[in-house]
Amino acid sequence: MISLHKVSKSYGSGTGGFKAVDRVSLTVRGGTIHGIIGPSGAGKSTLLRMMNLLEPPDEGGVVALGQDLTALPEAKLRIARRSIGMVFQQFHLLHNRTVSGNVAVPLELAGTGRTQRRERVLECLRFVGLEDKADQYPARLSGGQKQRVAIARALAHRPAVLLCDEPTSSLDPDTTSEILAVLRHINTTLGVTIVIVTHEMEVVKELCHEVSVMERGRLVDGFALPRRTPAESSRPKLSYREQLLGEGGEAHV
Amino acid sequence: MFDFALMAEKVMQFRTQIAEAVGETFLMVGISVAAAVLLGLPLGTMLFLTAKGQLYENRTWSALLNGFVNVVRSFPFLLLVVFMIPLTRLLVGTAIGTLAASVPLGVVSIAIYARQVEQSLVEVPRGVVGAALSMGASKLEVVMKFLYVEARSGLVLGLTTSTISFISYSTVMGVVGGGGVGDFAIRYGYQRFETELMAAVIVLMIVLVQLIQFAGSRISRWLDKR
Repeated sequence: MISLHKVSKSYGSGTGGFKAVDRVSLTVRGGTIHGIIGPSGAGKSTLLRMMNLLEPPDEGGVVALGQDLTALPEAKLRIARRSIGMVFQQFHLLHNRTVSGNVAVPLELAGTGRTQRRERVLECLRFVGLEDKADQYPARLSGGQKQRVAIARALAHRPAVLLCDEPTSSLDPDTTSEILAVLRHINTTLGVTIVIVTHEMEVVKELCHEVSVMERGRLVDGFALPRRTPAESSRPKLSYREQLLGEGGEAHV
Repeated sequence: MFDFALMAEKVMQFRTQIAEAVGETFLMVGISVAAAVLLGLPLGTMLFLTAKGQLYENRTWSALLNGFVNVVRSFPFLLLVVFMIPLTRLLVGTAIGTLAASVPLGVVSIAIYARQVEQSLVEVPRGVVGAALSMGASKLEVVMKFLYVEARSGLVLGLTTSTISFISYSTVMGVVGGGGVGDFAIRYGYQRFETELMAAVIVLMIVLVQLIQFAGSRISRWLDKR
């Protein structure tokens, strides 16, 4: 689905230079949810941004959806990017456009007709459960709602892959599980491959099928996680008290 | 101490000259605003885009564009007017009159607004560009459909501030026969000791500036949904 072949990327030059990604090879299999985890500054985000060539690697190759992205001319690369959705930690919505306006942007860029656009926007908003917010501006939404709008926007082109750059790192725990549920839903019902960069262990545990571990620009480990049983995922949520003291926590206030 | 009846009388007496002067000011400022929007906006956008780390990062172009803007802005304005006389002659065939005065005014306007545009674009969060590119936007689309959309209230506010500066610059255009209310106030009010007339023109300018600022702030706030 996506494979990186010995990609490297440095910032700065000479002795002050810093190697963000150092000869990493990685294959993300179609239909999986692939986590990339590691401490801050390990090069996780840079690696993710190479997958749609937002960061062109200094060396190495990027093959996505059967195309060698590094060899594509700009016009074709832009078309290839439509099949690779992306969501960010800070959402990066347009604050001067409404929720539906934001979801419509990628379709406008592709020249989709007005009626088709409106239908698709509603479809995407319904998928993330925000059709009632269609005419609001992002400033009025909560963080979780903003991220769901960003996800709807990324889905507008029916992508085969969704790249998620720390999608829950600025959200509280409850909102995090809400977003993870949406992502899992996208993977199971739409068959979209998901690559997610995070430093939150819980996110990986709850969501990912496969994990790559990065440290100082290198890929140091990679393994599959056992599929969780449905019973486990539908376990009732613990209160703050139970999370801190264990289930049936004894201490009184 | 101050005779308002006399002021009204003077204004009535010189109403044709005042109307003419207001017309000249509007023409000069109008041309400046047009130059600012048509050329200052693209120039400011290029200032932003050629800077380090931006879409069209280019050290040579960045230095050239910055150099042009800084040189124009560092001229004492009256000297720029004089310095530009040959170019003005080339463009409009004469170096005197309202139209001729609009040439140096226009050049300064482009430089002033370009900086305001650059400033507004810098304030757009950087990640927006990455998000735009990830959706398959071209560089032109990044500017038109993302940067301008997010910066629009700042662009309007910047144009408002600039327009008020243009009015101020236009008041000295009497030196090349540009006319306008500033020139009128100096020739009739100051040099002919018609103090009431001068005061009336000042009041007129204050009202004009207030109106422009009020309208600009209003539009900017209405455009800002952030």
